[in-house]
Amino acid sequence: MKNKILFIALLLFISFCLVVFFKSLNNSNVYIPDTPNKTVKEFKSKSLFSEDEISSEKILVNSDYYILNIWSSWCGPCRREHPKLMELSQNPSVKLIGINYRDNPKNAKNFIKKFGNPFSFIFVDTNGVISIELGAYGVPETIVLNKDKKIIKKFVGYLDDKSFKELNFILK
Amino acid sequence: MIANQIGYYSLTLGLIFSITIIPILVKNYNQHTQIIDKRIFSISFFQFFFVLVSFFGLVISFINSDFSNETVYNNSHTTKPIFYKISGTWGNHEGSLLLWLLVLTFFIFLFLIKSKEQPKKYRILTVIFQQIIIIGFFLFVLITSNPFNYLFPIPKEGLGLNPILQDPALAIHPPILYLGFVGSSIIFSSSLAAIVHRYISKNWAYHIKSWILISWFFLTIGILLGSIWAYYELGWGGFWFWDPVENVSLMPWLSLTALLHCILVLQKKTALTSWTIILSISTFILSVSGTFLVRSGILNSVHTFANDPERGLFILFFLFFLIFLSLIIFSIFNKNKSNNEFIKFNLISKETSILINNWFIMYFLSVVIIGTLYPIFLEVLTNEKISVGPPFYIKLILPFLIPFLIFMSIVPYLKWVKSEFIKVNVELILLFVLCLIISFLIFKYFGFESLIISILTPFTFYLFLTTIKDFLSKNQKNFAQKISHFGFSFLILSILLNSIFSSEVIVNLKEGEKFSFKGGTIIFNSLEENNGKNYKSIIGNFEINDNKNYSIKLKPELRIYNQPSIITSEADIKTSLFNDKFLVMNSVKNREYFNVRYQVKSFMIWIWISALILAIGGLFSLKKKLYEK
Repeated sequence: MKNKILFIALLLFISFCLVVFFKSLNNSNVYIPDTPNKTVKEFKSKSLFSEDEISSEKILVNSDYYILNIWSSWCGPCRREHPKLMELSQNPSVKLIGINYRDNPKNAKNFIKKFGNPFSFIFVDTNGVISIELGAYGVPETIVLNKDKKIIKKFVGYLDDKSFKELNFILK
Repeated sequence: MIANQIGYYSLTLGLIFSITIIPILVKNYNQHTQIIDKRIFSISFFQFFFVLVSFFGLVISFINSDFSNETVYNNSHTTKPIFYKISGTWGNHEGSLLLWLLVLTFFIFLFLIKSKEQPKKYRILTVIFQQIIIIGFFLFVLITSNPFNYLFPIPKEGLGLNPILQDPALAIHPPILYLGFVGSSIIFSSSLAAIVHRYISKNWAYHIKSWILISWFFLTIGILLGSIWAYYELGWGGFWFWDPVENVSLMPWLSLTALLHCILVLQKKTALTSWTIILSISTFILSVSGTFLVRSGILNSVHTFANDPERGLFILFFLFFLIFLSLIIFSIFNKNKSNNEFIKFNLISKETSILINNWFIMYFLSVVIIGTLYPIFLEVLTNEKISVGPPFYIKLILPFLIPFLIFMSIVPYLKWVKSEFIKVNVELILLFVLCLIISFLIFKYFGFESLIISILTPFTFYLFLTTIKDFLSKNQKNFAQKISHFGFSFLILSILLNSIFSSEVIVNLKEGEKFSFKGGTIIFNSLEENNGKNYKSIIGNFEINDNKNYSIKLKPELRIYNQPSIITSEADIKTSLFNDKFLVMNSVKNREYFNVRYQVKSFMIWIWISALILAIGGLFSLKKKLYEK
């Protein structure tokens, strides 16, 4: 009898641990670097669709918010978040700018042709320098800037439903 | 590219073998012969062989920098030295799990061919339990962390291995630690098989002891290497930080150490059976929990390769499946034995003392478990974030270390079954008085630390001297035990002296500046720049003059890696017999001022050496066992 009670108590305790661990799995522990109010420095690069070098200062104008999205055609998660970017591009107060990270231009163009172009401009970042200067950790990454080109939010990794909601909340 | 495909298909074949072997095992279990079906041996061998092929497939992809493989792309780079390309294979989540599988399949094959004297049913049951674990890991690898994911279009260049993982000690740390962890899985399966088959006996204890020793040896060395790496590479300036990830490897070690002692009682007296089983099960459960905590990203640290909730979920359910499975088996099959378990122990005997040793270890284990898991529980239940640091562990462990040390210095003199009170020996009293004098002199000349440390010091010396005395005595029985106990007392002594004598200076300096402190002067002579294979480095030339006009030169480095772009600081450490001089610099603003941390760490090298001696004791014991056969 005593053994049975002990056994049941143990089972209950272990189940409790299971629940706690399960819940803690959902607590996000993704490290998002603190970059409050850092202004994005000017950078220059070619556009994906033309050969001229253009400065970011000419692109980052006339909008309440800018979103820099670092992507690549070979990156699976980028493909997954693409529909969300397409949805975002409908928002008139936002200007989406793509940074095509270490990609083959041909593949990148095919990617855009196939899945649609949410970006108002795409910078080519062949050697990855622009992304690294922006403090990127990998692809994809989404950086939200305000009117004054200050970073207000950074999403490392692809935009899932939760971060997409958060993003829309910021843009309201 | 071909290596990649071969790797993937051999891995799948390995899983198919796992599934086909189970019905054969069950059929063979029910047959009345005493011989194990030959097919079981061959399937087990092929399973190991194909996982090995798959592992080499991944290694070759890494060597060739085949970036069509996602794992290679994420963790390698063409400019990396070949040695780190190879070690990069297991320096990431997917590859390290493949290594787990490799060791799992190798060990079960080894178990099969090395357990010929054991009863057939017990052997087959062990293989069945082990195959359940193996299938779990196969599914985990193939479903959530396939190391052979294909990327198209093929990237030109990889993202690179985290530079702090590019270190020789770390290159061999994971494989060795895994040998320990996976060894404990054999102990787990075989103890479950032994309960079901009612085979918990002297024979079993004798047979499983080699597996316990193997796992214990590798686990000890694995932890030691990790600790050395943290000291040299992370520049934290110590050997143990009570970081959750370190604790996670300490937990199975403590449980295994308790088991190592307790199995002796089972072997001699057929007592403590349930307790032995509980320890066997908990060691492996703690190993898997460690994997879960580290890999799910619940604990944030350098070991967290991936924060993928799907993976965490899989290990979590697998872990609790194993826990419930073992609990149910234990409660069903261990029932009728519990009555005659209370064999009376004499108060003063080796059995009792081993039991007390186990209670101490269990106490240390619970402190570590609570310190590691409490923050997780608290965050879920109350949303409050806390972190448990070294003071918690030190406060709870130190006071109990004193009786533990006293106890340890007495116990080896006790005999099995019944022992007289130890004769009060003049020699031992003299030895103790000597220890008191040494400790008194230390505190007189080097200052008083705290009450507990000052009580601890004479006892540590005492244990140390008695283990040396044992070592020199003519009676060479239990030679392995003497080595290990000597190693342990030496380890405690080195840690204690390290904490008493170490000193530290932290200062911000510019090139050409000087700083004087109590023990000497730090001179920052110049800066130079250098280019490594995949990094650029800034080297500071420092000179330390102590008060006796003795000077040393130290050259700490800042490395700026290009792929991924990370700055690491490499400490420069001058190791000598009695202390390590440790200097690390970090750039503060615009690389003009540097934050300089200079530490004198006493007896550092002895901590590594003594831990090594501790492990070697285990090896001796294993060797002795193999010779006896």
